[in-house]
Amino acid sequence: MREFNETLLSVENISLSFGAVKALTNISFEIKKGEVLAIIGPNGAGKTSMLNVINGFYHPQEGVITFRGEKRRQMKPYDAARQGIARTFQNVALFKGMSTLDNIMTGRNLKMKSNILSAAFYLGPAKREEIEHRAVVEEIIDFLEIQAIRKTPVGRLPYGLQKRVELGRALAAEPDLLLLDEPMAGMNLEEKQDMSRFILDVNDQFGTTIALIEHDMGVVMDISDRVVVLDYGRKLADGTPDEVKNNQEVIEAYLGVGH
Amino acid sequence: MLYREAGQFKTSYAADQAIFPLAQDRIGMAIILAVAFIAIPAVANEYWLQTIMIPFLILSLAALGLNVLTGYAGQLSLGTGGFMAVGAFAAYKFATAFPEMNIIVVFLISGLISAAVGIVFGVPSLRIKGFYLAVATLAAQFFLLWLLVKYPWFYNYDPSGVISAPPIDIFGFAIDTAVSKYMLTLIIVSVLALATKNLVRSHIGRGWMAIRDMDIAAEIIGFRPLTTKLSAFAVSSFLVGVAGAMYAFLYLGSVEAAAFDITTSFNILFMVIVGGLGSVLGSFIGAAFILTLPIFLDNFPRMLGFEISVETVTHLQFMIFGALIIFFLIVEPHGLARLWTITKEKLRAWPFPY
Ligand SMILES: Nc1ncnc2c1ncn2[C@@H]1O[C@H](COP(=O)(O)OP(=O)(O)OP(=O)(O)O)[C@@H](O)[C@H]1O
Ligand SMILES: [Mg+2]
Repeated sequence: MREFNETLLSVENISLSFGAVKALTNISFEIKKGEVLAIIGPNGAGKTSMLNVINGFYHPQEGVITFRGEKRRQMKPYDAARQGIARTFQNVALFKGMSTLDNIMTGRNLKMKSNILSAAFYLGPAKREEIEHRAVVEEIIDFLEIQAIRKTPVGRLPYGLQKRVELGRALAAEPDLLLLDEPMAGMNLEEKQDMSRFILDVNDQFGTTIALIEHDMGVVMDISDRVVVLDYGRKLADGTPDEVKNNQEVIEAYLGVGH
Repeated sequence: MLYREAGQFKTSYAADQAIFPLAQDRIGMAIILAVAFIAIPAVANEYWLQTIMIPFLILSLAALGLNVLTGYAGQLSLGTGGFMAVGAFAAYKFATAFPEMNIIVVFLISGLISAAVGIVFGVPSLRIKGFYLAVATLAAQFFLLWLLVKYPWFYNYDPSGVISAPPIDIFGFAIDTAVSKYMLTLIIVSVLALATKNLVRSHIGRGWMAIRDMDIAAEIIGFRPLTTKLSAFAVSSFLVGVAGAMYAFLYLGSVEAAAFDITTSFNILFMVIVGGLGSVLGSFIGAAFILTLPIFLDNFPRMLGFEISVETVTHLQFMIFGALIIFFLIVEPHGLARLWTITKEKLRAWPFPY
């Protein structure tokens, strides 16, 4: 059992609605620095909405988010990225016309500074910068074991590999907080095992804090330090995998009507 | 197996990052440049240079400019002619106001002015997309031409409205023969094409493509939609503006708004679509294709002994353009350049298909 004390991000009393649909109601929880937190819940529970609120894509009507001690209600996705929050999407959101390498290179854009003129003439600094970041990206490619598809346009890759490339793009930003929306959806057992291993390695080797949404309870129990359960936009439970597994309300939500 | 990378191991990222990592591509490019810089000026007659090669190069540059915006950044524009006109008139104003100014500097300044205008007209792209943006750029096309005709200041109060471009010289060399105009055009277009190629491979170009492919994800990984889109408008309008200035000074020899009407905008768009969206090479192939097709249609049936009227040729041309555009939009949006890449991939595997 790993112990985490420092809070990296906390959400307090977050409420978000779309017209009459209440996607999130009064949600509060914390993400501790260095942990792997799983957010689970039935379809439509508000899991994706929660991630969207955290990285500034949705703006909640109520509540406060505190990231690294700084309080805010909302921010632009661009600013979230700059402050060290990266994510992947439930439906792969890669740049289809670009190669694996270029997709992952885009993840480093915030660290690349060369201006239009020096980039156009590929002058010393621009060239050095490009090569320097290429080296980092190659490390990520090695880490994710996708060397063979380096130059392949991502649109041609099978779904499982696309998910892996998307993880690579998020990692390229060297985030402090990594949000993963169903990173293993649609994968077979072997691919799930690979992905679980990558997630744990990222957490272990780079100390990246991870919040992930996952439906496969086996995976959740295996890789997460803590679990937050959502249902109909409310928080049902929050605790270690064992606590959550034995929580009566959670069992009912999962076995109850319609699920 | 004429075309393959076996044995060409890259030992550094710098080598892998080169524009043409494969030796065959480098040789091919060297041959093209040798032909363009040495063979063509040596053998081509005045007619060929003045009516085919010069407009081909200049329109390729305009197509490249549009390709930056539409092919790379995914923002459709129907206003290319308008921005060429801005470049042409800006060059005229500068060349007449400062006759001592080096013509290359004049062209570059014209490009910068066109870029500034492009940024202004690019602002709506932050709110509107696709069809609506296309209509907004169409409005820019009409507005810019109207403006340039409406205010006589733009053409130095010349009553005819058609003004001849002032004679040009560079460092004392008069640029007045077809060969000298061709060489000047070739140098400017080559340098700008190389710069654009570098740019689209840099983090700036990746930002354009990211916005094109999925703007939400682009924003979430930290590309600012504002700066990314406007930089594409700026670079695109710069290239188009320089092309417009060159078109007036080195091809037409006169500056007139009518030369940059909506037909020009569409023709350049066709070049980009047929040549290949998101391809530097494609811009050149597309321009060559669209320019030579009418010449081909003019002469080919006659060579076969058919006598067809000029009108029929025009109709045929429209039909073939239409069919090609539909074909490329539906079947191969990456255009002729993509077909070339596929051929290369096949050659790489040849004679073993798998
Ligand atoms: N942009 C939106 N506009 C309107 N309603 C939305 C929007 N985004 C989410 N919702 C609604 O909010 C609720 C929660 O959706 P959300 O996508 O967060 O669920 P989820 O837990 O991620 O579900 P799933 O497991 O299916 O991915 C749903 O009722 C959904 O219809
Ligand atoms: Mg979801």
